[in-house]
Amino acid sequence: MRMIRHSKLYFLWVVLVPAAATLMLGQEPSASLAAQTSTNDGVSAAAIAGAKEDPAAFQRGSKAYAKYCAGCHGALARGGAGAPSLVRSLLVLDDEKGLLIAPVIREGRPDKGMPKLGLSEPEIADVVAWLHVQTYAAGHRGTYTFGNVVTGDAQKGKVYFNTTGKCSTCHSATGDLAGIGSKYEPLSLQTRWLQPREGRRGRRGAAADSKDSDAALPTVTVTLSPGKSFSGVLDHIDDFTVSLHDADGDFHSFTRNGATPKVEVHDPLKAHTDMLRIYTDADIHNVTAYLVTLK
Amino acid sequence: MNFSRTLFSGICLALPCLVWGQGLDPAALLKQPANMWPTYNGDYSGRRFSPLTQINSSNVHALSLAWSARFTGESSGGIRIKATPLLVNGVLYFSAPNNVWAADVRNGRELWHYQYPPNTGSTIGNRGVGMYENWLYFETPDSHLVSLDAKTGKERWKVQIANPKLDYTSTVAPVIIKNHIMVGIGGDHLDNPGFLESRDPETGALQWKWWTTPRKGEPGIETWPNEAAAAHGTGQTWMPGTYDPELNLYYLGTGNPNPVMAEKSRKGDNLYTCSIVAINPDTGKMAWYYQVSPHDVHDWDANETPILIDGTIDGQPRKLLAQASRNGYFFVLDRTNGKHILTKPFIDTVNWAKEINANGQPIPDPAKYPSVDGVLVSPASGGATNWPAPSFNPETGLFYVGSSRAYSMFYLTDTDEHPQGWAGLDRAAGGDGGALLAIDYKTGDIAWRHDWPSGSGVVSNLSTAGKLLFTSNGNYLIAFDPAKGNILWRAGLTSSPSGGPISYMLNGKQYILVAAGDTLFSFALNQPAE
Repeated sequence: MRMIRHSKLYFLWVVLVPAAATLMLGQEPSASLAAQTSTNDGVSAAAIAGAKEDPAAFQRGSKAYAKYCAGCHGALARGGAGAPSLVRSLLVLDDEKGLLIAPVIREGRPDKGMPKLGLSEPEIADVVAWLHVQTYAAGHRGTYTFGNVVTGDAQKGKVYFNTTGKCSTCHSATGDLAGIGSKYEPLSLQTRWLQPREGRRGRRGAAADSKDSDAALPTVTVTLSPGKSFSGVLDHIDDFTVSLHDADGDFHSFTRNGATPKVEVHDPLKAHTDMLRIYTDADIHNVTAYLVTLK
Repeated sequence: MNFSRTLFSGICLALPCLVWGQGLDPAALLKQPANMWPTYNGDYSGRRFSPLTQINSSNVHALSLAWSARFTGESSGGIRIKATPLLVNGVLYFSAPNNVWAADVRNGRELWHYQYPPNTGSTIGNRGVGMYENWLYFETPDSHLVSLDAKTGKERWKVQIANPKLDYTSTVAPVIIKNHIMVGIGGDHLDNPGFLESRDPETGALQWKWWTTPRKGEPGIETWPNEAAAAHGTGQTWMPGTYDPELNLYYLGTGNPNPVMAEKSRKGDNLYTCSIVAINPDTGKMAWYYQVSPHDVHDWDANETPILIDGTIDGQPRKLLAQASRNGYFFVLDRTNGKHILTKPFIDTVNWAKEINANGQPIPDPAKYPSVDGVLVSPASGGATNWPAPSFNPETGLFYVGSSRAYSMFYLTDTDEHPQGWAGLDRAAGGDGGALLAIDYKTGDIAWRHDWPSGSGVVSNLSTAGKLLFTSNGNYLIAFDPAKGNILWRAGLTSSPSGGPISYMLNGKQYILVAAGDTLFSFALNQPAE
């Protein structure tokens, strides 16, 4: 009887999986990423590498899992109507090299309604590899992949860019932003336009090559007395010191004591920070959709 | 008269060193001696207020380095001492992931070093050790509780408290209450159950275990869609709590629910995650709870120290508890029963709640749940504040906390019906930077603020009866006037202060000590007091 129920679920699985795969395709921003997702059961290549499993074994395991296991345990092993999640299974999480998992697949769990399915030993090893990748992928944020961030209305984004958002005060679609939609993936583009400085964090090599980076650096004017001041690119500021590089590249450093000397920092990116209090999420998605069109 | 008092206290303070290794009577934790810092927060209240006055606002300009000492050991990512050192009978005990050291408080000289073997656990941080008689207790990245002989650093025993393959990791400084070791746990990369447990200080045997989320038939299970969701709902206990000996209640903040950023498989309030709970340390039974973030989806653990304040509300003396929570709101509760008194945002950018309900709880706005295309949310993912220690000064009535006013874009990455683990990612979107805040506990109003020109604002604090507030910015250890909010003193260190500053008396002289990276720095007045 349990075997019959299993078969029914297997039928459902065959019907539903293409739908699930389509949903996943819809999340992905590019065809290449989408292809990767559909063949990798929702995990990235980074997850397979991180789990130190053989990609070929993972791919074979995907087929074997779909054939024998998915009907009860769900397409991604996260549980189904007939059986528990394997991604949250203590036995699976505790497993090394299949020592715990393989006997269960080999013998089944008749007391809990899991039949002996007759997988070959190589098939069992492949399913073990596939499961290890699934648990690794769930637990490692570094292997996660972003979905589609281009959901806004490009026309509304264009209007916002030129009116309410005042983006056009500093930027031009045909000037500094020409081709920006080709230069960056949509997620990177959204991250960077929201906060160019934060967006560059961790990618300093790339920023050094970027022509707009110098213009975006904060500048400072330190006034020691009326008529005696130093201006340049801000090097460092805290409550006790301020330092800068002037137009000749010379370095100047000053001791601060409260309001003395007078220090004025000018951050050309301040508007980006100030706007964070004003944007709606729809504004953000619309502007991203618009910038993506600037190919 | 001054001389004799100094001489007398000098003898008293020197005495414990003559019987070095005498150990720590748990009763000493009830009244923090001037020559000790015997538990993570100095005393059970969590307020990190030192009654010492020798170093004070009129002489702090003469505060200067007594010694510094660097410590080495094996830890993935290098040694960074996020611990608050304990000081007991002239010896400092402190830790970093996989490492414990003992050092002579007179000069920082290492007395012993305990190296825990390499393992796969996360080395994100370790908050310190707990002490009971001659024994130290230390939690490891691979979730063992280790007991060391404080005299020698030799391992006495170790017990496993959770399975590291399930992605648990441990960072807590154990808190000792009577003959109970309060043992917490961390790790939310997979959807594993959170808990607090009590262990026997002699044997490490389990005395009781309290699961953070309810099981079948227990109160609170109705705040989860099903038992499996609750059992995998996490709510970790990765910070030391506070304790009221009169009420015999241990107060603890709990962490975020799992899956962290995906909420569809865990509709409901998700008790007792992101909550402040009161636990009887003898029985492990929960006396009350208050949830500061119902149904959290932004990783805003409520583990921040719940500080105990014996204060006055509307003219009536009250036993209070206050937390500046990672979600951006400041809460004051009655700690006898958990009844709500006050809720107020302490950063002005908070945008994730649509209302504050009658019980003072911010109710999340579904429009700010992480989405595939991203939502802009403040506080940022790291929170308006985080684990670094706040301080409460009973003389000013002000609660001092390091804060951050920033935004993140929160993205949902796992749209499956059964999302797993983090299930989402975030990207920094910038903001207005960090600030030191002084909050009036009676109103939640900001009495004064100091915005930092650069660097992180989320740092640890210590206030003293010498009318001083110690904090840090960048590599500087800084002293403020705690009433007015102006800077009185600073010292530039070799790296950013990484743990909470402490203060103590030694041979009649007051010291301020802080860990910065792999180095301890000890400060004293460089001229005689008075």
